[in-house]
Amino acid sequence: MGLTSKLGNMGVVTVKLEDAINWSRTRAMWPMLFGLACCAIEMMSTQAAVYDLSRFGMELMRPSPRQSDLMIVAGRVTRKMAPVLRQLYDQMPDPKWVISMGDCASCGGVFNNYAIVQGVDEIVPVDVYVAGCPPRPEQLIHGIMMLHERIKQERIKDWA
Amino acid sequence: MTGSDDNLWQGDVEKLKGLVSERALTGETMVLNMGPQHPSTHGVLRLLLELDGETVVTCVPDIGYLHTGIEKNMESKRYEQSIVMTDRMDYLSPMGNNLVYCLAMEKLIDLDVPPRAQVIRVLLSELTRINSHLVWLGTHALDIGAMSVFLYCFRERERLLDIFEMVSGQRMMSTYFRPGGVWRDVPAEFEPAVRDFINYFPPRVDDYEKLLTNNPLWLDRTQGIGFISADDAIRYGCSGPTLRGSGVNWDIRKALPYSGYENFDFDVPLGQHGDVYDRYLIRIEEMRQSLRIVEQALDKLPDGPVRSNNRKYVPPPRSELGQSMEAVIHHFKLWTEGFRPPVGEVYQRIESPRGELGCYLVSDGEPKPWRVHFRTPSFIHLSVLPLMSKDHLIADLVGIIGSVDIVLGDCDR
Repeated sequence: MGLTSKLGNMGVVTVKLEDAINWSRTRAMWPMLFGLACCAIEMMSTQAAVYDLSRFGMELMRPSPRQSDLMIVAGRVTRKMAPVLRQLYDQMPDPKWVISMGDCASCGGVFNNYAIVQGVDEIVPVDVYVAGCPPRPEQLIHGIMMLHERIKQERIKDWA
Repeated sequence: MTGSDDNLWQGDVEKLKGLVSERALTGETMVLNMGPQHPSTHGVLRLLLELDGETVVTCVPDIGYLHTGIEKNMESKRYEQSIVMTDRMDYLSPMGNNLVYCLAMEKLIDLDVPPRAQVIRVLLSELTRINSHLVWLGTHALDIGAMSVFLYCFRERERLLDIFEMVSGQRMMSTYFRPGGVWRDVPAEFEPAVRDFINYFPPRVDDYEKLLTNNPLWLDRTQGIGFISADDAIRYGCSGPTLRGSGVNWDIRKALPYSGYENFDFDVPLGQHGDVYDRYLIRIEEMRQSLRIVEQALDKLPDGPVRSNNRKYVPPPRSELGQSMEAVIHHFKLWTEGFRPPVGEVYQRIESPRGELGCYLVSDGEPKPWRVHFRTPSFIHLSVLPLMSKDHLIADLVGIIGSVDIVLGDCDR
């Protein structure tokens, strides 16, 4: 429609390579199906009928880390779970991103004690923190859109 | 997934002794790891499976991947402060956890609860039960392969969450029940919203049943799977739908009523076969019965205060602070120091969506509890998993895990 009428019969669009790659990365993210605690229930709500995360190109959650490029750490990370989480992260192919969902994953939340890792950024690099206990689905979606903005600013020279 | 230091079964046959059969040690059967990152373990459950072909010989649960130290943390917080911790144990039934802890405190200090607060508590507990069963049904069906049920269940759940948000300001972690009543009265739009839900919901349950109850695929995957006899269920300490699925009539709301459940008219559905299918039918019927209770509660919701007037334990309302010096003192004492219950210990149990949820509370007279322990149904039910899954196919194991409805936050706390 709009685009075709502007293009006429030329059929060619010029765009920077990194912009095209970044755009396609934001539109087809495959989050890992990986729930830890309460936030995982809100993550499921985000995925389900009312909030419908597939509007943002996240149709499908992959249970395998080898098929996913976004890890949403949804819930409190215990000391027992931490090595497992790191291994999952290592198994994800590049490029990969991490969203820390909720207060527990971001900073320990209400649990400042022996069992809980005080922020998942002690284990894996985090791109976006989403606050809330648990965050509303809108907040998670906002976090994902912030991640999209971040990905769009990535440059080829940074990838190497 | 692997990687922890205490690798229980990482190629070290010696460590497997006592956990699996002799045949596994000689390599005749295969030992396989399942979880903690697995889509159908409902969180972070890890299982060690011994398999003969595709048949499960034994399964050993490994828990603690969500151990949060909630009980210990509660010892360092005052009684009122630690209510927020209870929400986060069984995160599918936060109001149920609030309720058992508040009831235990009220038992300890012999605090009265006004009738209006009692009815609001019952009403919201039952809505929480529906909420929990909806998540259970959605994920259980998803495990077995019915995708659309999940989407329908979560659509209905959003309405319930809207109601919770209306009364407490939070969708999930409401911390709405407080010792001596509830945080504040329900807003004016609460009653129409619940009435709306009462009319909206029953046809939706019929829809789920249309999709599943007589579906031949569903019947094949659930009937005769995960059998447990009534004797075994009692011996292992099962409760809730897992026990009633085997035909034992034990519902704490009927047997040992609390919060005025004796004033409500509802049936306790019972199964006959003790398999996954019967437990499914029971939970579906429980949703209908819970809705009956909600309707009765809404009809007889009395007027009056929603929190006790015992100023030694319940802070005075803001409006009193400007007029009464005593109210200011009570307010100051309660918010700086907390209340001091008498020395003693209590055990209080309720019927949570998963079974008997108990709270054991020990007080040494200080403003902080000396010990809090929760008897959580998920933990007890996990111990029947090896019995239920014995001699079943590995594909049926996910159905069995779903049918006992474990929540790992409830189990590990």
